[in-house]
Amino acid sequence: MTVRLRVEAAGPLTSMQDAGRRGALRFGVPRSGPVDPFAFAAALTAAEPDCGTAIEVSLGGLTLTCLEGEIGFALCGAGFTGEVDGRMIGAWQRAVLGPGQRLRIRHGGGNWACLAFSGATTAPHWLGSRATHALSGLGGGMVRAGDVLEYHAARTPEPAALAAPAALPDDPIGIVLGPQERFFAAAALEQLCTAPFTASGTFDRMGRVLEGPPLVPLRLDMPSEPALPGCLQLTGDGRMTMLMADHQTTGGYPKIATVIRADLARLAQLDGGTALRFEAVSTEEATARLRRHLAAQTQALRRLVPAANLAERLSGQNLVGGVIDALDGDET
Amino acid sequence: MSAPVVRAVGEAAVLIEFGDRIDAAINARVVALDRALAAAPPHGLVETIPAYCSIMLEYDPLMTTQAELVAAALALADSASATVIKGREHVVPVSFDPLDGPDLDQVAAQAGLHWEEVIAAFLAGRYRVFLYGFAPGYAYLGGVPPVLQLPRKPIAQRGHPAGSVIIAGPQCLITTLPMPTGWWVIGRTDLAILDPASERPFRFDPGDTIRFERA
Repeated sequence: MTVRLRVEAAGPLTSMQDAGRRGALRFGVPRSGPVDPFAFAAALTAAEPDCGTAIEVSLGGLTLTCLEGEIGFALCGAGFTGEVDGRMIGAWQRAVLGPGQRLRIRHGGGNWACLAFSGATTAPHWLGSRATHALSGLGGGMVRAGDVLEYHAARTPEPAALAAPAALPDDPIGIVLGPQERFFAAAALEQLCTAPFTASGTFDRMGRVLEGPPLVPLRLDMPSEPALPGCLQLTGDGRMTMLMADHQTTGGYPKIATVIRADLARLAQLDGGTALRFEAVSTEEATARLRRHLAAQTQALRRLVPAANLAERLSGQNLVGGVIDALDGDET
Repeated sequence: MSAPVVRAVGEAAVLIEFGDRIDAAINARVVALDRALAAAPPHGLVETIPAYCSIMLEYDPLMTTQAELVAAALALADSASATVIKGREHVVPVSFDPLDGPDLDQVAAQAGLHWEEVIAAFLAGRYRVFLYGFAPGYAYLGGVPPVLQLPRKPIAQRGHPAGSVIIAGPQCLITTLPMPTGWWVIGRTDLAILDPASERPFRFDPGDTIRFERA
């Protein structure tokens, strides 16, 4: 069955995303993909789309009307909630949208959620991926009011309340110092690891501003260097930005430290105005935390849908690569 | 030739630096290592990003360790450093019509030249593709003649179309997206550096040389 959904309203950061695009960083194209890979993996695990693609929703929310057909969907991520024709279906849910019905997704804590439909999207690929680079719109594309989204081979899995993961810890955010920590005075490095910072409400898919004491670089004379998500970049006035999924692939501002992968999505999901601290760790410790983080996510995915056969789902879909590794490690 | 410096970028990437300035010989070592890694990728290598004088190696920390990855890359860097990479040459036609190059007059005034002399100096330059950076298809070219090397504008200005030929300091760039820029807009080309629908969407490779001609 073919399903057509009309976008009635969409926040400016709403986009089609798959697991991300590999191999094009060298051409200035970031990986893109979901800001919160676990929310994405959960939405795909619950909705089982045939396309490995979900719609990423941010603070502005999303309202869709089903013009034709009937289709299941899963909504996962932070405290985002859904309503079908005004009937609240809560956060972390699998449900069905029928002809003429209106789905409204609202922010209710956190910044990012994923909405996956049980069908195959007609959104375009670019360079082998539907991950959308928001700035250029290349990939599956931004989702905007007035668009009509089409899904083929639509299915309607049983509605279910999904097992939302445990609340995120408020431990310090792990960082590995560098690659340009030498551009900063010892006092600035000390402040980075001891002073309180605030996750500001100023963010998009490229990065998030983190407020705190200004960490002014001693010099700004570096040729542009490559960058990755998690890099903490400082401008000349000492303002810090954490790079995210659609980051610039190179930059000429020094990067004092890199947020460890286990804590990237946690930092991106913090409500605007939340206080945080950083803790410098070794790369070995960061790797150990990543292993534990992925193993915990695998466990959470296993519990997500009652009676779900996780291994089968994971093998059929391109989810977070590390989740499968962690699962294998966990079972042997 | 100095030994490369390795810096950790979190637990899943390292930066290998061959120097700290924009220089064709240093960039040639970056390009040589990049190609050696593509020909014989070490176990666990995910992706590489070559830049002016450094290359980022992203790896899967669940498949390899930083020490193993770095050892494999440095061994390749040793053997690759002797390899001379010959890039391709591209010719890019540029319109210098005042609508296409709105900053030509200002560049001329700052350089103390007639605008026709600015165009002649620009066309006489030999340009090298150092890297792609920032956004899709933004190829950073070095080789702007010293007389045209100006500091960027204090404030970025909006509204320059894709294909704009822009300069700042020793660098030149052909834009692929309509974006604000603080660089000087001196012309525009119809040649698409980024062609999203193409089998080969990116026209240049790092190490290639560019010659501009008047359209």
